[in-house]
Amino acid sequence: MAETAVDAPEPLLSTGAMRDAAITFGLCLILTVSLVGLKTDNLGEGQGITITTHLVTAVILAASVTAVRFLLGVLIWRNTAHGQSLASVIPGFVSLGRTLAIVFFLAGAVLAARSGLRTELIAKAAEVYPLFGNLVDLLTFGAMATFFIFLAMAAVHFVRITTAGTAKGKSGASKISSASGFISGLGHEFPVALLLVALILPILVLGPQQRYAIDTATQILIYVMLGWGLNVVVGLAGLLDLGYVAFYAVGAYSYALLATQLGWSFWVCLPLAGLFSALWGITLGFPVLRLRGDYLAIVTLAFGEIVRIILQNWQSLTGGPNGISSIPRLSFFGLTFARSGDNTFSDYFGIEFDPIHRVVFLYYVILLLALATNFVTLRLRRLPIGRAWEALREDEIACRSLGINTVTTKLSAFAIGAMFGGFAGSFFASRQGFISPESFTFQESALVLAIVVLGGLGSQIGVVVAAVALVGSAERFRELQEYRMLIFGLAMVLIMIWRPRGLMSGRTPSAVLHEARTVSSEFVQQGRG
Amino acid sequence: MDYFLQQLINGITLGSIYGLIAIGYTMVYGIIGMINFAHGEVFMVGSFIALITILSLFALGITSVPVALVFALVVAMSVTAVWGWTIERVAYRPLRGSFRLAPLITAIGISITLQNFVQISQGARSKPLPPLIRGGYILSEHDGFAVSLSYAQILIIVTTVILMAGFSFLIGKTPLGRAQRACEQDRKMAALCGVNVDRTISLTFVIGAALAAVAGLMFLVYYGVIDFFVGFVAGIKAFTAAVLGGIGSLPGAMLGGLVIGLIEVFWAGYFTSQYKDVAAFSILAIVLIFLPSGLLGRPEVEKV
Repeated sequence: MAETAVDAPEPLLSTGAMRDAAITFGLCLILTVSLVGLKTDNLGEGQGITITTHLVTAVILAASVTAVRFLLGVLIWRNTAHGQSLASVIPGFVSLGRTLAIVFFLAGAVLAARSGLRTELIAKAAEVYPLFGNLVDLLTFGAMATFFIFLAMAAVHFVRITTAGTAKGKSGASKISSASGFISGLGHEFPVALLLVALILPILVLGPQQRYAIDTATQILIYVMLGWGLNVVVGLAGLLDLGYVAFYAVGAYSYALLATQLGWSFWVCLPLAGLFSALWGITLGFPVLRLRGDYLAIVTLAFGEIVRIILQNWQSLTGGPNGISSIPRLSFFGLTFARSGDNTFSDYFGIEFDPIHRVVFLYYVILLLALATNFVTLRLRRLPIGRAWEALREDEIACRSLGINTVTTKLSAFAIGAMFGGFAGSFFASRQGFISPESFTFQESALVLAIVVLGGLGSQIGVVVAAVALVGSAERFRELQEYRMLIFGLAMVLIMIWRPRGLMSGRTPSAVLHEARTVSSEFVQQGRG
Repeated sequence: MDYFLQQLINGITLGSIYGLIAIGYTMVYGIIGMINFAHGEVFMVGSFIALITILSLFALGITSVPVALVFALVVAMSVTAVWGWTIERVAYRPLRGSFRLAPLITAIGISITLQNFVQISQGARSKPLPPLIRGGYILSEHDGFAVSLSYAQILIIVTTVILMAGFSFLIGKTPLGRAQRACEQDRKMAALCGVNVDRTISLTFVIGAALAAVAGLMFLVYYGVIDFFVGFVAGIKAFTAAVLGGIGSLPGAMLGGLVIGLIEVFWAGYFTSQYKDVAAFSILAIVLIFLPSGLLGRPEVEKV
């Protein structure tokens, strides 16, 4: 670090920067003119296509990309290229995150205090430009979420401090109530706080948007659960699985078929669906035991596609592309969530019928399932089998020479991961009431894998953060339609370049000699995947 | 027999296209050990650029088909090569030396981005192109069933053979090929010996993209219709072909492409076209179970 400071500052607009900008512009122009500047238009049924020019759009696009790159180069890269970190160049960059959090927290407090303010702000912003409405919506949502999570964290922290005296000696957790205090302890309280917020979410979002918010949260939780399931296979056992959606599909179709053909209830079908998926996990896992790395990836991808094609073509069983409809809905201990009829939920409890009851119930069911997944995974990690998974991820040869049975280790990882996928699938089927092969494409597998990798392999809380970021924002920007997926793809690339080890990349070994220490990503040698 | 011959011709044509895409996968895997998931999308971009070039030429009043094809080939190869270079520069180079899954995720991200970029910029509907090359030879005719070898098929097979020959020369005899093989064996040592590793890797992507563009043009000529989603299925098939032939091996990629093309066509011809993809993928799984390093690949020796 000592030698870095003496570099003479380059002029802001050096010839290098200008040349770089020129090259970038030229390249972008080639790329955009070829695909944006010349557009193929369909003339109508059976009349072929014609070509139209949109050169101005292409030039604007190329210019804006160049401008962004130029600004980045002049303001950030130029300074960080000589080995200086961003933090030392831009004063206050470190505290930027903290400042932002405080601003969000205060804004969230104001928004939470005046309930009508948020909708008012969104409406005003949308008047200026429709997209601004979405942006304000997202920002205010983030602010409120920050506020409540911080509040919950503070509450958890307070409880820890007050009970520290009695808990002393029982657990290491009491140590964090020392003077170093609040900020450093937050890392430990974040998961608990997140859980608290998740538990009381239906009360937090009261208002006209309640149904939408809970639906989105349910959607996110399905992906959290899938992510946790895949994390067992990819994050813990280190087996790259690109066909995870197959197990999700098996679970969904198992429930749908059992429920529609035999009329069995959800709670009977759920374990069965999990079992079927686990069996499929073993069946598909068995042939690929000898394969490693990328071969494994392509064969699992192929299996995922095979399952989807079979679902699409086996008309008599799965209904083909039309799928299975009118799948029985989930009931609350035999009480249905219908407006009228026998044994409805609202009649039994003597409350007025409200469709929101069902939404909230589904939310709690998936929350419970996801938490069960997490709990089981965390416990499994402490069992010999879980440690064998992690050992397998680190070094297969060492594993074998130490007498670990790699066959059962791999198969159990596949089976357990598949089982969670199956649970999520049967929940998905009962929530939608309709499934078709279209819901189980490779894109889903890629999305779940992206959640696991962006969250940080093997990190349970990382999966939650990544799922909220990816699925939540994709849901918020639904109106943008195809631009949504474009932004999604770009975000995937940018986040990965920014943090190659994922958002939460600490690796806590589950077996330790004296004390557990989280190894930050900066200290984990790169390349030791 | 006639039916068999016809299927064989169709299979070889399809296999040539897969083989050309598969080379891109296998080269990139050989040199940096990553699955370039976006390669199927590069193929799709290539075929779109070829389509746009041909249509622009027609709009400008140049209606000669050979001129249009040659021009489209050159333009598609060069522009797609720029795309390939840019993708490597933006999404893969910053992650070189990072852990194994990171570039795979950016590749999936690039694949999603390209698909949607083309969908937005060119429209989601499929683009039909009137057949450019009509007619062909009738090889034999019995009981009203004619075995035909169309000019388009001849063009595809001949172009593939020429490209393969040129490509083998490039890898085997030129300094660039030597540098590439050196990087494949040991990147650090190659750098110490004065090989510009970054440049070699970039060129690998450029060559792979150019070959994918050729495949894109052929796909367009052969099927006459493309949409923004063609890259996904073709990409998976081509990757299957690369793995089947032994990933990292160039003759293997071509052989794998032919095998996949033949399996697909024969399955569709003799059994049912619904399950042709299942057949291709099942063969892949079976081959890998018994020959884990593919048909022509070297078995990986693991050093501790």
